[in-house]
Amino acid sequence: MTNPNQQGYTPYHNNFLKEVEQNVEDGTWVKMCMQCGVCAGSCPLGNAWEHTPQKIFMMIRAGKREEVLKSDSMWMCTSCYNCIARCPRKLPITHIMHGLAHYAHRLGLAPKGQPTREIAKLFWKNLVKTGRANELKFSLAMYFKDGFKQGIKNALGMQKVGIGLIKAKRLNPMEIFGGHKCKDKSGFQKMIAKAQEIENSKKTHIA
Amino acid sequence: MTAIIATNQTILVVGGGISGMTAALEAAECGKQVILVERNSSLGGRTALLYRYFPKMCHPTCGLEINLRRLKANRNLRILTQTEVTSVTGQRGDYTVSLKISPRYVNSNCTACGECAKVVKKEIPNPYEYNLSRTRAAYLPHAMAYPQHYVLDPSIIGTPDADNAKAACKYNAIDLDMQVETIELKVGAVVWATGWKPYEAAKIQPYGYDRFDNVITSLEFERYADPHGPTGGKLLRPSDGKEAKNIAFIQCAGSRDQNHLHHCSRICCMASLKQTQYVREAYGEQGKSTVYYIDIRSIDRLEDFYRKVQQDSTVNFVKSKVAQIKLDEKTGDLILHGVDTEGYHRYATQHDLVVLAVGMEPESNGIKLPADLITDSSGFIEGSADLGQIAAGAASSPLDVNRATQSATAAALRAIQVVYKTSAIEEAR
Repeated sequence: MTNPNQQGYTPYHNNFLKEVEQNVEDGTWVKMCMQCGVCAGSCPLGNAWEHTPQKIFMMIRAGKREEVLKSDSMWMCTSCYNCIARCPRKLPITHIMHGLAHYAHRLGLAPKGQPTREIAKLFWKNLVKTGRANELKFSLAMYFKDGFKQGIKNALGMQKVGIGLIKAKRLNPMEIFGGHKCKDKSGFQKMIAKAQEIENSKKTHIA
Repeated sequence: MTAIIATNQTILVVGGGISGMTAALEAAECGKQVILVERNSSLGGRTALLYRYFPKMCHPTCGLEINLRRLKANRNLRILTQTEVTSVTGQRGDYTVSLKISPRYVNSNCTACGECAKVVKKEIPNPYEYNLSRTRAAYLPHAMAYPQHYVLDPSIIGTPDADNAKAACKYNAIDLDMQVETIELKVGAVVWATGWKPYEAAKIQPYGYDRFDNVITSLEFERYADPHGPTGGKLLRPSDGKEAKNIAFIQCAGSRDQNHLHHCSRICCMASLKQTQYVREAYGEQGKSTVYYIDIRSIDRLEDFYRKVQQDSTVNFVKSKVAQIKLDEKTGDLILHGVDTEGYHRYATQHDLVVLAVGMEPESNGIKLPADLITDSSGFIEGSADLGQIAAGAASSPLDVNRATQSATAAALRAIQVVYKTSAIEEAR
């Protein structure tokens, strides 16, 4: 960085847009946004977001790496697809939001304790164990994620629903002992491991 | 009459709006034989339905009057109204054109005295007011109509209304036996000046044009502002006839949108800026206009007009594409929801009336054009590959009146070149 020309250029050199394009699913669409704001206005959870989608796109272009990746905004997306339906440039906004959230998670920059992220983590852990979602274990994990005391409180609060589900045969209490599995569990886990390996090799982390 | 002038050196102009009239006049005044055909019963097209022009805020009737004078004085020009082109065959310098002439039921004896309209009882939605008002089924299209002849709506033919109209006419101008006529012409060049139509606003679902009375299009707003229009020039909103003083203008309604028209319609920004001045004209400081926009596209010298409107204290600009319009049931007002991208503020703003600045679509969309005509991805006509057919005005691209007439003049010159070369070839034989 001794070259004065380079020094002058650096503040304007936007690596973050390129980083997003290379590493985030559908990230190449970010530059297509024309900042009309229809996505922000159409979002049913819009007022819960710190940064609306078109603002996030502008922040990416402005190189605000930390602010974007540490934000909990894209974790607020509920995939209602209103924004995609209305976007005049047909940006896959929902997918970009999930892509950004995923990328921030992989880098370890995503906000700690963000509920959507915690649920996603618990669900993934639950799923990869046997290849089948164990709903009972998943619910319990959810109840107890904020400590034992809160867990008991949560569980008692949901008691009626749980008993109702068991009576209606929608929830099997025996699932607590391991639960049902897919046919080839070790094959499934090998497949997941391989997919992880491919993904890790494909996506390089540039800072 | 047409047989005498229909030769390979004749120019056919399709469409009698401002572009078609201009192209026809420029060619005819250069001494070429021109046939101008118009589908409606009067020349003038959409221009005649505007209240004022930007940026000078002058009235379209002025330019129309000049053109009509030129038209009446020219012997080289033949005008056929209520006429549609059904086919064009042949090639550059040698086209055969089929025309279908629909009956007007009124001949050229008509003096526009209006006696027939007094006795006809049936009323129809007025096509020259975008159906905003009703008119008697015997009517003069509009004050500047050319030819200045009444029209009988086909729906009254065979009813007592038609017989009464005939009986009331002192000039023997009503001919109830008129039939559809088909004629064939020889022409050397064809100018397509078929113009544009507004994008169908109801297709923009979140804006509720088909659900909310007080959401109107920019073209309907022109009619409300016009003293000859359905409200006598008062800006009354459709639901309850209340004076609309707090008006929202929504830009890019159907334009620049992959879900609707892909192109920028170019004129809508200037049209809305112009219309904010109608609000000021009507109410002075009491009126309020809010323009919701993505970016204002006032090109080259028109930017001066934008600067002027920016200075106007009654006009607000909100940089945002409105996401959704909701109805306030009690008042009939509309609440606009969205996010202002300057500062990212969420808003829910109430307005008396919403004007959608609808995009321009080629009028020829949905009409079968001759196979050798080339159109672009939006349907605008580029012309034929052999250059014997030329597009003019808004048929070729979204253009304002000023640029449409420039385009039409250029098209006339190209048509003249085509027939000039044709005559040179014929002489060499």
